[in-house]
Amino acid sequence: MSDQLIFTYVIDGDDFTRAGEASSSVKNKLKMIGVDSDVIRRVAIAMYEGEINMVIHANGGVITVTISDTDITMVLADSGPGIPDIDKAMQEGYSTAREEVRSLGFGAGMGLPNMKRYTDEMHIDTVLGTGTTITMKVNL
Amino acid sequence: MTIREIQEALDAQFLYGEELAELDADFVFSADMMSDVLAFGSKCSVLMTGLCNPQVVRTAEMLDIVCIIFVRGKMPDEHMLTLAMDKGIAILATEHYMFTACGILYEHGLRGGA
Repeated sequence: MSDQLIFTYVIDGDDFTRAGEASSSVKNKLKMIGVDSDVIRRVAIAMYEGEINMVIHANGGVITVTISDTDITMVLADSGPGIPDIDKAMQEGYSTAREEVRSLGFGAGMGLPNMKRYTDEMHIDTVLGTGTTITMKVNL
Repeated sequence: MTIREIQEALDAQFLYGEELAELDADFVFSADMMSDVLAFGSKCSVLMTGLCNPQVVRTAEMLDIVCIIFVRGKMPDEHMLTLAMDKGIAILATEHYMFTACGILYEHGLRGGA
């Protein structure tokens, strides 16, 4: 079996100004190991959207990034309220974000659709009142 | 169009990144919603916005944007400028409103990428 690199990040749900630090760290690591720049951009955007979502909706969570020879997999797990209607949440423009979040430039209902747009595979596993785990994969 | 030419056309201040002034910019994305920038701005090398918080710099970083233009006299704070320095993103600030600033850059040949 080939080698894998695994990175884990704990996302602070209380500090909006720090949201994105984990995605930034992953972007730098991918650059250092020489991953194609288009792949890096897709991973960075998808993970950043997920990281912002974790802060906005779920009071933080844990992101695990696995880099293998064939793909980059991001698993974003939170203990937030869960997503009541995934089909609606996947519609561009549908958002449950608070007005305060919109004033910060997010909550336009583009997060989940963007995550799907920029990745090759995305799977959402959600339980109301328990949490959500989103798995995204970008092929190398 | 170089970042220097953009700065001159918009009567903008260089808040950070004069050493990046000769970098070329082709496409510009203008929005106050970072969600929209992330959705539609992936071809762009310049971000123009009236939103002023650290996530603007983070958004630019994720998209490999080389220059952020703050319109309507918005001024980023020290934390934002430090983040921009760390990421190598030039920061301009202009008094022009966004529509006017877009018009000026369009007249100079820059486009929106869509």
